[in-house]
Amino acid sequence: MNIPSDLKYAASHEWLKDDGTVGISDFAQDQLGDVVYVELPEVGREVKAGETVAVVESVKTASDIYSPASGTIVAVNEALGSAPEQVNGEPYGDGWLFKLDVTEEGGDLMDAAAYEAANG
Amino acid sequence: MTNLDETGALRRTPLHAAHLRAGARMVPFGGWDMPVQYAGVKAEHAAVRESAGMFDVSHMGEFRVTGPDAEAFLQYVTTNDLSKLRPGRAQYNWLPGETGGLVDDIYIYRVSADEFFMVVNASNIAKDWAHLTRQAAKYSAVLTDESDQWGLIAVQGPKAADLLQLHADTDLIARKKNSFFSAHLFGLPVWLARTGYTGEDGFEVFVAAEQAEEMWNQLLSAGLIPAGLGARDTLRLEAGFPLYGHEFSDSIHPLSSTYTWVVKDKQHLGREHIDLAPSQKLIGLTLDKVPVREGYPVQLDGQVVGHITSGSLSPTLGYPVAMALVNVQSADAEAYGVEVRGKLHEARRVALPFYKKADV
Repeated sequence: MNIPSDLKYAASHEWLKDDGTVGISDFAQDQLGDVVYVELPEVGREVKAGETVAVVESVKTASDIYSPASGTIVAVNEALGSAPEQVNGEPYGDGWLFKLDVTEEGGDLMDAAAYEAANG
Repeated sequence: MTNLDETGALRRTPLHAAHLRAGARMVPFGGWDMPVQYAGVKAEHAAVRESAGMFDVSHMGEFRVTGPDAEAFLQYVTTNDLSKLRPGRAQYNWLPGETGGLVDDIYIYRVSADEFFMVVNASNIAKDWAHLTRQAAKYSAVLTDESDQWGLIAVQGPKAADLLQLHADTDLIARKKNSFFSAHLFGLPVWLARTGYTGEDGFEVFVAAEQAEEMWNQLLSAGLIPAGLGARDTLRLEAGFPLYGHEFSDSIHPLSSTYTWVVKDKQHLGREHIDLAPSQKLIGLTLDKVPVREGYPVQLDGQVVGHITSGSLSPTLGYPVAMALVNVQSADAEAYGVEVRGKLHEARRVALPFYKKADV
């Protein structure tokens, strides 16, 4: 399982980068299986940590994505509209979901070691 | 994301260890711990459409019915015409409910004049057994639950027959659809049925539970791709096959589905309910992008007229497909709205099945 050390992780499997970029972990994409559709939030929307902001759909199921931080959505990964499988292939790269102007991180975020311990 | 894991006391098929060795992701399904996928749903789905895959369906139930009244008993508790079923042939059939709906949809195999074998859905084994034993009391027929004695592996795909033929002691290629016969496969005694639930050619392999793992390993070595419940569901959805618990239930009128041919004009249990016109009809829908799931409301002219019963992205077609039960009077529209997380998305009605093998 790939768990980059420069990211923070929510118990619900989203990751947060210092620059506000959010995606789902390698563990989460593997559990979901083939991702076929991603519903992204609107740019400009204000969100609270723990709020449902996106939906990732695999062949079998739809999974809510929760924001790991409070803030404003400043960008979304439009490329996922035509290439949702990037969430599987590059969960920490081209498969990112949205970018936040973070005002406050969620209280339950873990570092890589803690996230690995929780899901190992 | 949440709910990635579920645990509990679940039953295991004779192939459970083989699934874990193959790296399967296991999920609870109808009280069983079953593989949902190995390499991935899309890859497994494609293997069955283009080559050949295999599924563990040992969780399904097997009952045997014998005795001088076996045919009369089964003729009464099912809707299809068993009197036309010859030994060595298989027939898709329904168990109508006493108060409407279906108890189950099943396959019946005729072994001889007074012996039948049937396969029932895993989640309905206890219900079917109670229903059938209650009805059998009036007949000179003996029911036996052999569900724990059998492993069942479905080998499906355009190359299934050729692959199995290399390891069989009888001519498989020449067998017609719905044939049912005993044979040896990899030297192991089996019963084979040229049936399946994917829209492809193939065989269902009945093997003694204690030999199921050896059979599975032999099939793996022969090049068959293991496929899980995920691919089984997308394959059957593309083929327009209704699934109990989704398109059928104790409360859904059986003639709502497109499978009205399963009801023949004969006296059978629950006929008075089936004779009533259904208030709903099962339709096929396609969408541009958004997959729609079971339970999503279907709208026409601003009114909810039904709901999705099964839906997914079709791996073969590349766009979302779904089946929906809608009110009969709203079933002929060309387009509907499906509500997805509060937003309405256009869905077009298409004839079922979504996918049909060219020579079926």
